[in-house]
Amino acid sequence: MTEAAAPAPVATVTRPRHTLWGDAWTRLRRNRLAIAGGSVIIVVALAAIFSPLITPYGFADQDLNSIMLGPTLAHPLGTDELGRDVLARLLYGARTSLAVGVFTQIIVVLIGLPLGAIAGAVGGRLDNMLMRFVDVMYAFPDILLIILLRAVFGGSIFMIFLAIGLVAWVNIARLTRGQVMSLKGRDFITAARVMGGSQRYVMLRHLVPNSLGPIIVVLTFNVPRAIFAEAALSYIGIGVRPPTPSWGAMIRDGYDLIFANSNLVLFPALSVGVLMLAFTFLGDGLRDALDPRLRR
Amino acid sequence: MGEDVVVRVAGLAMHFPITSGLFLQRKIGLVKAVDGVSFAVRKGETLGLVGESGCGKTTVGKCVLQLYRPTSGSVFFEGQDLCRMSEGQLRQVRPRMQLIFQDPGESLDPRFTAADIVGEPMWIQGKAQGPAYRERIAELLSIVGLAPYMADRYPHEFSGGQRQRLGVARALALEPTFIVCDEPVSALDVSIQAQIINLLDDLQQKYGIAYLFIAHDLSVVRHLSDRVAVMYLGKIAEIAGRDALYQEPLHPYTQALLSAVPIPDPAVEAKRVPIILKGEVPSPINPPSGCVFHPRCPKAFGPCPTVVPVLADVSQDHQVSCLLYPPSWPPSAPP
Repeated sequence: MTEAAAPAPVATVTRPRHTLWGDAWTRLRRNRLAIAGGSVIIVVALAAIFSPLITPYGFADQDLNSIMLGPTLAHPLGTDELGRDVLARLLYGARTSLAVGVFTQIIVVLIGLPLGAIAGAVGGRLDNMLMRFVDVMYAFPDILLIILLRAVFGGSIFMIFLAIGLVAWVNIARLTRGQVMSLKGRDFITAARVMGGSQRYVMLRHLVPNSLGPIIVVLTFNVPRAIFAEAALSYIGIGVRPPTPSWGAMIRDGYDLIFANSNLVLFPALSVGVLMLAFTFLGDGLRDALDPRLRR
Repeated sequence: MGEDVVVRVAGLAMHFPITSGLFLQRKIGLVKAVDGVSFAVRKGETLGLVGESGCGKTTVGKCVLQLYRPTSGSVFFEGQDLCRMSEGQLRQVRPRMQLIFQDPGESLDPRFTAADIVGEPMWIQGKAQGPAYRERIAELLSIVGLAPYMADRYPHEFSGGQRQRLGVARALALEPTFIVCDEPVSALDVSIQAQIINLLDDLQQKYGIAYLFIAHDLSVVRHLSDRVAVMYLGKIAEIAGRDALYQEPLHPYTQALLSAVPIPDPAVEAKRVPIILKGEVPSPINPPSGCVFHPRCPKAFGPCPTVVPVLADVSQDHQVSCLLYPPSWPPSAPP
């Protein structure tokens, strides 16, 4: 037993380095649901990236000799009314859905985080003006605004990201502002000012990094909402253009044929549900992992 | 006085407006947290600042460091009036005047390691280059009695006393000439209090730093201070050398405060007669007329509710603001 060896001198005692993100990762790993959620997301992402390797069919390949099939060996999830392989469409559709989920959040962060941080840190009249603007954005019906933006900016997929991102940033702006305001009065912020730190320095080095935990959690929760928003847009016909598949568009198309071949609705709906749950579990796990009060 | 004064505060006032209304923000009152405070801190000395909770001690400290911009009055630091400086100019001066906080846990960024915390002042001032930076951090840690191998730890891995040592190390990093200690030991255990007080004392001996030591613990202040100022309701009641103040307090408020301090010797303690003040501290929104202490003062007499006393020399280096002493009478209303 090595424990029986002579005690090492105190000064050479080493211990594993604990970083805050490292600690959070350790806690996250203990959370099975979160890890399961993360795994599902990674699997879906890999499947979306490598879909040409998984299925021999293209998402727009029509085979009018084999329409509306149930699951067979050639078509594991069957085919739709144009003879397109449902698995292929589902895999390629994952690209759209994941891209919507991730890119909208990038737009949300790019707009919401700086605005919220500035409003919270500067305060006063600027804060008032920015937050009243956020209120107006918040009060405006989301779908209506998206339809408007779609009408103005046209139909490319990036415009979908932009439209959904432009309605979703208000939450992050409010959250960031609240975080920054609650941190602003803490002594370590005063300490940084006493040392001669400028407002910009204090914001970037102290206020924003310390606000990040809850923001990451909310972003994770936002991803499934964005995916669902895209599905809803596709459902009412202003999402991605056919034949590009998205899960929402597939549900809409399958809905008309639900009595003829319910698989057409079932599989994309299941996929949306599973992915949303995966993000929700991951977000839940992140919230627990990033909460410093649980630190051990 | 003169040459050897580090900080001179003259007529300092800090009034916080009370506003109401969502849009128009009408002013409906003023909290006179600090109202006409004057004192000086000499090089390498400790001025203790004592008073009850809410009397404005901390506000004075924050005004001196310009964390609040005072409503009126001046704060001269090394001869320059800080109240007339812009934020940019202040940033040039800030390295030489630092602050030690009451709650050591609150004052350290939880995402910074000990090395980051101690090195941050140098970082901000652009003095964080090369191996000298790392060496300076190790030096600062050892000055305050922490081991260099602790440099990579986070605040939550330290005890309260160690955290306060980190706070002290950070304050020392830029070699200040003046430190405001805002109740630096009141959040600590008694044994740890002694360690931190001795540390502060040693540092003053070694580096000649002047302290404005804000506290409500009279024994701690007695141990550490060269001179002591007593505050009541935003004003200074009495300033004197430590021994003069503790042995011969002149202001009735100081007398009452000191009579409340327990004495370790049981025989003497048995004879201690505490002066019990009537009532509560009045609100600084609507302070009493005349001498602010008169409604609670056991020695109040005729003119107290009408005449505002001024802080004046009663004897050598002993200033009092009380109408019992003729120098305190304002020139407009001689006794």
